[in-house]
Amino acid sequence: MKFLRDTWLVFQRQMQLLLRNPVWVIVGITQPLFYLFLFAPLMSKALGQGRPLSQGETYQLFVPGMLVMVALFSAFSGFGIIAELRAGVIERNRVTPVSRVALLLGRSLRDVVQLMFQAVLVTLLSYPFGLRIAVGDAVLAFLLVGLMALLLSSLGYALGLALKSEDAMAPLLNTLIQPIMLLSGILLPIAMGPAWLQRLADFNPFSWAVSGVRALFAGHPGDDSVWQALAILTPLTVIALIVSSRTFAKSVR
Amino acid sequence: MIIETSGLRKSFRSRAGRDVKTVEAVRGVDLSVAEGEIFGFLGPNGAGKTTTLRMLATLLEPDGGSAVIAGADLRKNPGEVRRRIGYVAQGGSTWDDSTGREELVLHARMYGISKAEAQRRAADALNTFELAEYADRKCKTYSGGQRRRVDIALGIIHQPKVVFLDEPTTGLDPQSRAHMWGEVRKLQQMGMTVFLTTHYLDEADALCDRLAIMDHGQIVAEGTPADLKQEVLGDVVSVQLQRDVPRAADLFGDTDFVRKLETTEQSLRLYVEDGASVIPHVLRTLDAEKIAIDGIELHRPSLDDVFLAKTGRSLRES
Ligand SMILES: Nc1ncnc2c1ncn2[C@@H]1O[C@H](COP(=O)(O)OP(=O)(O)OP(=O)(O)O)[C@@H](O)[C@H]1O
Ligand SMILES: [Mg+2]
Repeated sequence: MKFLRDTWLVFQRQMQLLLRNPVWVIVGITQPLFYLFLFAPLMSKALGQGRPLSQGETYQLFVPGMLVMVALFSAFSGFGIIAELRAGVIERNRVTPVSRVALLLGRSLRDVVQLMFQAVLVTLLSYPFGLRIAVGDAVLAFLLVGLMALLLSSLGYALGLALKSEDAMAPLLNTLIQPIMLLSGILLPIAMGPAWLQRLADFNPFSWAVSGVRALFAGHPGDDSVWQALAILTPLTVIALIVSSRTFAKSVR
Repeated sequence: MIIETSGLRKSFRSRAGRDVKTVEAVRGVDLSVAEGEIFGFLGPNGAGKTTTLRMLATLLEPDGGSAVIAGADLRKNPGEVRRRIGYVAQGGSTWDDSTGREELVLHARMYGISKAEAQRRAADALNTFELAEYADRKCKTYSGGQRRRVDIALGIIHQPKVVFLDEPTTGLDPQSRAHMWGEVRKLQQMGMTVFLTTHYLDEADALCDRLAIMDHGQIVAEGTPADLKQEVLGDVVSVQLQRDVPRAADLFGDTDFVRKLETTEQSLRLYVEDGASVIPHVLRTLDAEKIAIDGIELHRPSLDDVFLAKTGRSLRES
């Protein structure tokens, strides 16, 4: 099928370029790793709400937040697309009959693969600290995080193509991502906050995602938050893909 | 006709501070290009050349008008137009960290060509454009001319019927330019119709079978270089002056041997039948009026004269 072939073509090319310069994959997880090793140990008392948590329990709560944090960084994909736009690569792609959705999806899937690698690495590095998770739960958790990466990277591409300038993109992304991150309960569960903050967080899809991933890391795949997260993220991702591939179809440098 | 357009229009809104201005980039372009010719678009910066090409290459939706390219309707069937044309952008299209060969193979495959065939065509194109030596080096290590040749090779890797080249030689040194003219003629020999833009007069003159002169979004003249030059009858005597251009113009304005007179800031151009016989008279007259001259030239009409005659400005100055 042409669409699948096109997506594979774009994906392959992007992977090739990523592997040629893989240092960014590691740079992308330095911040979460700092949090994990320098900040998480502080949290065992705070998170336990009175009863100090074991190291393993602390990481069970903290690692999901870090995974979502790395997934949120997928929105920075928009910077790469501005460089491609400037180099004329996007225009060169657009002049061929290649599928416009493939132009987006191939790139976003590269971001998902990168995120998966980072997520697995962060999880494995937490093992020596006592983190334990069943393989099935982990797969489901990574699926959720991957969906988030797909959503955010495609939005990042749309934003980059619309703004066409890193100078406009950087402040906008920062102001958008900061509140989303804080309202996701990445560092501390939102449930610990006052009621108004919890109501506010209900409007943040990533807050639902963090709850879902936490439930999986806690070994409760049947928890409501898991299917809720999936039900919220899936349609959003589909919409983002449609909107972003439209911007690919129209982008002019 | 392999390209026929009628009434092609495009305007942009641009914002300067609080003002929103509408720029009419292309204001009704009608043209026809015959199969197998090298057709040139000559015009100053901002004339609307790139905008027209982008519309024809399906990259930009026209505000109005229509076009049929290689038998496919631009509006109704852009997908088919894409399959039949190649487009080489003004600003290039290669990625720093890829090699020339990788770019060519990928680009060919985006047209649905199989991997093996794409590799074969890439190798062919690398030979044709004398790039084989650099094929497996990253594009960022290429010289401007080498990179431009990769761009052209990308534009034709799928053997299109028509190829659009937006300023193929801008920024190249004279030697690379001459080289590129050879490449463009090669494309014609391969059976392609070449539609290129340029703001070099010599390039338009030497390379193009036919050309259209564009200014302010409109085509002001169209024809073979020879025909266009013939439209501007006779010789041109151009006199460079430091000052006193208006006074000098008055001296010759009403004389019967001057068919037409034009002035620019520091020169006076007299269109006359026989330049050689007029020059002594011009010199004597100016000398008598104590108007100092910087130089005097006699020339057969060039495309610049055509441009000047059609727009009242010189292409060199604009
Ligand atoms: N995307 C755009 N947004 C706003 N204005 C534009 C856009 N593209 C072109 N223009 C304007 O349209 C006009 C025509 O531009 P165009 O690029 O077609 O000129 P050109 O003939 O190719 O010039 P050059 O020789 O400098 O390449 C210019 O005034 C330009 O500023
Ligand atoms: Mg241009």
